[in-house]
Amino acid sequence: MGKEILLGKSLNELTQVVKDLGLPKFTAKQIADWLYKKDVTEIDQMTNLSLKARTALKEKYDFGTTASTKVQESVDGTKKYLYPTNHKNKFIETAYIPDNDRNTLCVSSQVGCKMGCLFCMTGKQGFQGQLSSGEIVNQIRSLPERDKLTNIVYMGMGEPLDNVPEVLKSLEILTSDYGMAMSPRRITVSTIGIIPGMVEFLDNSECHLAVSLHTPFDDERKKLMPVQNVYPIKDVLKIIKDFDFGRQRRVSFEYIMFKGINDTSRHVKELCRILDGIKCRINLIRFHPIPNTPLDGSDDQTIEFFKDQLNKKGITTTIRRSRGLDIFAACGLLSTKELVKQQEKDF
Amino acid sequence: MNSNTDQKNKLHTTSILENNEISPGVYVLKFRKIKDFKAGQYVGLTTDLSVTPRLYTIASGIQDDEVNILYNLKDDGWLTPRLSEIKPGTELFVTDPDGDFIDDSSPAWWIASGTGIAPFSSMFRSGLKENKTLIHGGRFTHSFYFENEFLPELGENYIRCCSQESGDGLYSGRLTRYLQDIPELPKNCRFFLCGSPEMVVEVRDLLINRGVEYNKIVAEIYF
Repeated sequence: MGKEILLGKSLNELTQVVKDLGLPKFTAKQIADWLYKKDVTEIDQMTNLSLKARTALKEKYDFGTTASTKVQESVDGTKKYLYPTNHKNKFIETAYIPDNDRNTLCVSSQVGCKMGCLFCMTGKQGFQGQLSSGEIVNQIRSLPERDKLTNIVYMGMGEPLDNVPEVLKSLEILTSDYGMAMSPRRITVSTIGIIPGMVEFLDNSECHLAVSLHTPFDDERKKLMPVQNVYPIKDVLKIIKDFDFGRQRRVSFEYIMFKGINDTSRHVKELCRILDGIKCRINLIRFHPIPNTPLDGSDDQTIEFFKDQLNKKGITTTIRRSRGLDIFAACGLLSTKELVKQQEKDF
Repeated sequence: MNSNTDQKNKLHTTSILENNEISPGVYVLKFRKIKDFKAGQYVGLTTDLSVTPRLYTIASGIQDDEVNILYNLKDDGWLTPRLSEIKPGTELFVTDPDGDFIDDSSPAWWIASGTGIAPFSSMFRSGLKENKTLIHGGRFTHSFYFENEFLPELGENYIRCCSQESGDGLYSGRLTRYLQDIPELPKNCRFFLCGSPEMVVEVRDLLINRGVEYNKIVAEIYF
């Protein structure tokens, strides 16, 4: 058994750690400072802790940062980092996307994914395991560009709201004064619509919500996203409609454009109908084909027309700029390539 | 807590009728039916009102008075270690049935791994048998749950693919190999997949590569 990891522990958990070690209560806050605000990676570097405290900590705990093992850089400045995980030979990806006045980090929340969306590369790995809050926070903490970050999106590998306890704990650390003190308005959590997880997230976080919609029609969505069989989008939208997002909190819908499948005027009309009453925006995303996919991306002209139609109907719609195409920045491509499949299959 | 996000599913209280281990680590839980359901739907189950219900597909037929749930004991899970210890008469909290993994009488191939056989068991027990081919993948000879019901009625349209053992009437090998080796897949039928995410994604890719249109594939996932 390895030692327990400190990174990813909330202040409450750190308070319990110091209590168990017989250390003064204020030590918890000091440890949190070292973990989340300062640029050190060893317990020995926590120099305002007594030698006795550091020795006691080291006996049971590791600091917990993990450096990336690989990085790819795009000509447009996008960088993709590969991080090892606690799951043997399994990796996660984190994409750093610099732009003019905004530097966004796209973090992973699971190793692989259970959701099996037809258009997703991560899903082809199957599900390898949950990330701990420490592994989620590490993607930010160990990022060389950490100090330049302005925004974080939980849109990397995995379905964040299928890992609610660890995702919520990581959000607490990112947004708390004792942690990284980011504004929750700088963080967006994306989901395909896992209803129990979404309810818990809405009730217990102030961060923005993004929902992967991809088509307004139930039958089409079932073919693209198996989750539709379990949590139909109409039920997801009902919860969003009934929730008070307040003035600052935002809900957006992600919409990947598939040629001849979800990019017609019929889809515009139905989108307007089902989103009526929700203050939201739609992000249109170009589809960049993955291996063995039966889907093609819509052309630029169709995407522009789709956007204009939605904007005319009063739904703020933007087209997300494709980034990192030369390094396969779409989540899952790099780690799936690296993955050594060792698990025993049940079929 | 914000009160405007109450879950739509209200929990009903029922009591356990039976809880039997039918294969190593695999159980069938039976409880009194509270609400009608469609074959292929799921219910949420919990033994503790403070814990979010876990979803399980119903394995029994729609005419049955009791609901059967097929589950794997997962040592690191929250619910199944508790369920596996549960005795008849114990209280259980159940959501309304829900879900849209529904077949009709048109031709279909049902492809399952492990306990992913549950929705097909429900469909079969509800009377859907004509035009159906059932392919079940498992590691061991004891992995083919309810085979005594399927065999007499589905005959050659019931294929058991056993990846780690050999046995009478079993195809030796993974179900993906079976599907790959079939000379031709039917054109005018739907393919229903239920099982682990790995199986669903791999089989779906295989079918698409072999010419099946993606919109003829309906998948159910475990999570």
